Formats: sequence, structure tokens, C-alpha cells
Amino acid sequence: MASPVSSPARPGGPPPAPTEPPVEGGRRRWSVQGGALPYLLLAPALVFELLVHVIPMITGVVISFLKLNQFYLRHWLDAPFAGLANYQLSLDFHSEIGVDLLRSVAITIAYSVVVVSFSWLFGIFGATLLQRSMRGRSALRTIFLIPYALPVFTSVIVWKFMLNQDNGLVNHVLAQLHLGSGKHFWLLGDSAFFSMALVGVWRLWPFALLTLMAGMQSIPTDLYEAAEVDGANRWQQFRKLTVPMLRPVNQVLVLVLFLWTFNDFNVPYTLFAGSTPASADLISVHIKQSSFITWNFGLGSAMSVLLLLFLLVVTVGYLAVTSRRTRDA
Amino acid sequence: MRLKTLTAALAVALAATGLAACGSGGGSDPKAITYWASNQGPSLQRDKEILTPELAEFTKQTGIAVKLEVIDWTHLLDRITTATTSGDGPDVVNIGNTWSASLQATGAFVDFDGPTLDKIGGQSKFLATSLRSTGAEGKTPTSVPLYGLSYGLFYNKKKFAAAGITTPPTNWTDFVADAKKLTNPAANTYGLSLAGGSYTESAHFAFIFGKQHGGNFFDKSGTPTFATPQNVAGVKQYLDLLGVDQVSIPSSAEHDTTQDATADFTSGKAAMMMGQSNTTAYIAANGMAESDYGIAPLPIEAPLPPGGERVNSHVAGINIAAFKDKNTDAALKFINFMTSKAEQVKLNQAYGSLPVTAEAAADPAFQVPTIKTFLDVLANTSAPMPMVTNESQFETTVGSALKDLVAQIVGGKPVTEGDVQAALSAAQQKLGGS
Repeated sequence: MASPVSSPARPGGPPPAPTEPPVEGGRRRWSVQGGALPYLLLAPALVFELLVHVIPMITGVVISFLKLNQFYLRHWLDAPFAGLANYQLSLDFHSEIGVDLLRSVAITIAYSVVVVSFSWLFGIFGATLLQRSMRGRSALRTIFLIPYALPVFTSVIVWKFMLNQDNGLVNHVLAQLHLGSGKHFWLLGDSAFFSMALVGVWRLWPFALLTLMAGMQSIPTDLYEAAEVDGANRWQQFRKLTVPMLRPVNQVLVLVLFLWTFNDFNVPYTLFAGSTPASADLISVHIKQSSFITWNFGLGSAMSVLLLLFLLVVTVGYLAVTSRRTRDA
Repeated sequence: MRLKTLTAALAVALAATGLAACGSGGGSDPKAITYWASNQGPSLQRDKEILTPELAEFTKQTGIAVKLEVIDWTHLLDRITTATTSGDGPDVVNIGNTWSASLQATGAFVDFDGPTLDKIGGQSKFLATSLRSTGAEGKTPTSVPLYGLSYGLFYNKKKFAAAGITTPPTNWTDFVADAKKLTNPAANTYGLSLAGGSYTESAHFAFIFGKQHGGNFFDKSGTPTFATPQNVAGVKQYLDLLGVDQVSIPSSAEHDTTQDATADFTSGKAAMMMGQSNTTAYIAANGMAESDYGIAPLPIEAPLPPGGERVNSHVAGINIAAFKDKNTDAALKFINFMTSKAEQVKLNQAYGSLPVTAEAAADPAFQVPTIKTFLDVLANTSAPMPMVTNESQFETTVGSALKDLVAQIVGGKPVTEGDVQAALSAAQQKLGGS
């Protein structure tokens, strides 16, 4: 078998001649002409992207212009054209439907801000602690990552049991510590929002930790050594060195956390068994409920398209602002 | 050469994926059907245990295999809707009988016209009461009754005796008075437990107590009339059990299934509960002896408010339907089997539900006092839920509104008639989008 490695060139000698494609068993190895290989490798991903994302998205946009209710469910392409009626209904803030949608968007923004902020804060705190070599570091890393590794339904159902009013662990512990009556309804009324945000942070902060730990590993240690020589304390090193060096990581991390949180469906749907209290009415659950409550899938699709546009604007705006800052830095 | 091979492999892979997706619906094999059963027993697993031997018997008789999936009530309507849209559904499905008019409008199910009904034993096979909830008036039904249900008041005999209550209450005033006698928050015991977090149960009680006050949630033309003073009074009466009277265990607000309320009843935390006939199966599963509890009709306002009706249950039950464009012949054979006398007796006994055919109802198994109470309620003091296309939307919007009001009460904010009126108006507005 021919060696694929050519002999090393002598120092100062001429560069080695380009080697012939390796030959195996007397046959030339297959090569793709005209640079088709990248496209060929991308083709399966592209096909599935079309099938899983793009086509359903286009279908959703089409449905948003139809009066698709229970009479047309079976042959939905026969549903009458509704023009902009579904959009008008969604955005009529004098009607119950429009007011509910607006409230749901506000709740979702508040939820995203709380969950992303706390996840990032816990993540950066944990990553900084774990950056230093110490005993039990690997064990701590593993423990911290457990919430992220657990299947979402399982972990959220456990939270549901713990937050139960009658015999949940949270009320029991609070009662033992003489903090409150121990009879609080964590899954109803306004408390439902805080319970949902708590579970959301618990689920997501390990991802922030993981990403930030990876980001910190890429910061050269000489920089910290140089900073120490210059007399920078730990806080100054963190503020002036770690945070600026993590900016590209943070840019992507915050965006991903925001998009995941904004579209979160599993946490509220599992925590409230499909009957979400008004204070925890996230937009994804709201759209699902709107479609299935009224069986008006045109209206639900119009809300989805509006959500898509909103997220597009936010994402493009965010990337424009953060990219400029990164360039200016 | 290799490029061609790769392209071909990719094409085959894609074709296989597409074929797999298309093939998942089944229905092409005349000797196999898929059946989506609703959750009737104490758990999905128990349902499988009850149904599997019966399905094997059907296969033995006909040679048709049945693939069973038991679906819980939280997801059943969503699953049916999705199956309707995609065409990728089962051959046979159970539906809540109150949804029959809504689902009839989709055109997804086989029509039970004369000749089709004849294939499953004809219209006369079924009890007239159960046939009242099979679709909109004047239209061909698209489902037939499978299990009958009605509401009753379950009471703990020992607790009643200890409180000096000799007979179960028949009117609302006595009911609340008895419940107060049985309530002692310091000991964490209450007169009643409710499934206050269940939108379906909440909607049923809104309908039943609304009827007692002379209310209707739809007028004769099918237009929603949710926020009438009569409906407000009916809903307020129900909510007062938690709010004004404080006789229901507060955690009722978090109970999203009847099984949760049953757990309070069988553990002794609650002395009474309002449940459908199949609650007997849940009680048995929790280990409470049949001799320890009694069953009576739900109390009725006395005297009835002007226009009020003597209604203490809706015509509850489960219907069975066949999806169109599937294995219809096999599906009808299966529906005929499930509504045969032998299966009606076996399955309704196992589930604690009521037979829907005259022949099965006459069986000695159903001639016991407790079942006779439910049968009497179903035949004489029950009313069908509105058989309009918006019925399922009514259940979700009104039921959800009541759930939120229940949460408001246990959160410490009293609910007024104005709050109820506003919540019912908002629920009706949400229907405007349909």
C-alpha cells in the first residue's frame, strides 16, 4: 500500500512536488469534479431543512390567509380565502383576542428577560468558579449539567410535584422553616409566572455554563498571568479580561438563549398540564390554544407569522447592534 | 460513477422516508385496524389491560387485528383534530359525546345513515337517551354511543354518620349545610373535593347549574349566549363552594382530573364529591370498599328559580366513530362488536359506566341500586350539552374561564357576579374568532 505521506523536504531545499492522488489496489481514488463535494454533503441537510422547516413555514403563511376552521379541516386547501382578516383579528387590540395576544407577548418578553438574565448570571458565575483547578471540579461540572441532560418532560413533571400546593416538597420545606403558611399555590395565579421562570432558569443555566466554560478555555492563560504581573485583582481580571474576551461567545449565547426561551413550549405545557394560567400564557402556548380552542387554524397561523416577523426583527436588530460593538471593541 | 451511486442512495433514502411517512396511517390492510381508545379507567395501563383481551376476542371472531392506543383526555381532541387535517388517523376512535356535533362538522367521520346503522345492529339497538348526543339535530350522526355516563353525588357513609347526617342531601341548601358540617380546615377535612382545574368538568357544571337557573349557553339558532344572568347565577353557585361557603378542599383548584378529587375522597380528606358513574372504578382502584360510600343524584335547587329545569347531569358518555377513507368495513365490524351485548356488559362493568344498548341495560349486572341511580339520572334528569358546531369551543373557553376564577378564589381574591359575567363575556368573545 502506498504511503499517503510524502517524504519531508530538506530545510532550505525546494518545496516537494505535489503528490499524485494516492492509489489503492491499482485503482485511482474517487474524487468529485468541479467542487461538487461540499454541495453533495450539504444536500441531505438542505433537503431535510426544506421538509422540516421551510415547507411547513410557507404552509403556515398560506394558512394564515385562509378561513380554516372545522368545516375545512379535512380538505384544508378548499378553505375560503380570508385576506388579511386573521391578521386584523389578531391585531385588534379592542377585542379579547387582540388584548390576549398582546398580553401574551408581554408575558413572553418578561419571561425571556428573567430566564436569559439569570441563566447567564448563574452560568458566568459557575464558569468562573470552575475555571480554577480545584478538587471535585469534574464532579461539580457533572452535577451542574444534570438539569440540561435530563429529559424536559421528566424534570418538569418532578417540578410540578414539588410545587403542588397540597403535598408538594416546596410548601413542606417552607412550612418546616416557618417561611409562610406552607399552603401557597405556586402553580396558580401570579405565582405561576415565577414558578415557570424558576424551572426555565433551572433548565437553561447549565447550557450557559457549558458554553461559557468552553469560551473561557479559549482565553490564553498568559493574558491572566500578564494581568497578575500588572497588579490586576480577580475582579479586575474578570471585568477587563474575561468579559471582553467572551464577547463573541456571549453574542451567540444570549441570542440562542433568547430564541429558545421566547419559543419555550415544553416547560409551560408540562408544568400546567395544558391548562396554563393567565400569568404564564407564553406566546407558543397561546398560539396553540388559540388554534385549538376556536378551531381557527388560520388565526393561529396568522399569530405564528406575526411571531416570526417579531423574532426576525429582534434577531437582526440584536446582531446589528452587537456586531457593531464587537467591531468597535 | 461514485457520484451517481451516492445520488441514487440519497434518492432511495428520501423515497424510503417519504414512504414511511405515508405508510404510518395504516388502513390499507383489510385485516388490521387502528383503534384510539379514550382513557376510561383509573390509568392508561388499566385501560390496556381491560381492552386487550376483548380485542383479542374480536380478532379471534373476525381475523381482523386491532392496534390499540389509549389516549388521555387532555390530548384526545388535539389528536383527533390533527388526524383530521393530516388524514393520518386511526380507523376507529372514541370521542367525548359532547364533541359529536363539533366533530360531525369536520366531515372526517363515516355517516351513520340507515344502511350503515343496519350494519351495526340498527338504531333500535341503542337507548334513546344515549342517541341524543350523537350529533346536531336534523343531521346524520357520525358516531354512535359506546359507554353511558351521568353525574352523581358520592358520599362517605361513615363521615355522614359521624356528623349526624342520615340521608344524602337532595336540594342545594341542604347540600351546602351538610358540607359545612363536614368541613374542619384545622383537621384538613372538607365537605367536598372538586376537579376545579379541569376545564371539561368546569364546563359540565356551568351547564348543569346554569340549566337549574334557567340558563342556556346557546340559543335555538346556535348563537352563543354565555353571559346571561341565569348562567352567571349557575356558575356563581358552583364557585361559591370554594369561595363563599368554603366547603371544598382548597387544593381542588389544582386538581385537573377527576382522579385527583377521588384521591381526596378515598383518603378521607373530603366527605363528598360530584363525579360521573365511572368514578366507582377510580374509587375501587384506590382501595375504598363499596360498602363505605353511597351514591345519590346531584342536588337540585329547591324551589327552582324561574325558568329553571330539573337537570342534575348532562347526557354524558363516550361515542365511537370511524374515520372516512380508512378500513370502513373492518371498522364497522369492530363498532358492532364493541356495542354487542356481551362487550357492553363486560366493558361497562369494568369501567363503572352505563350500557348504551337496551339489551345490555336489561342484564342483571346493571340492576343494582347504585347503577340504577345513575341510569335514572341519565333517563330522567339529564340534558344533552348543546349539540352545536361550537360545542367543543364552548367547553374549552367556558371551562378555562371557570378554572381561572377558581384560581382567583384560592389566591385570596373573592369572585363577584360581575367577575363571572366579565369572564363569560370574554369567553364568548374568543368564540368570535371561529
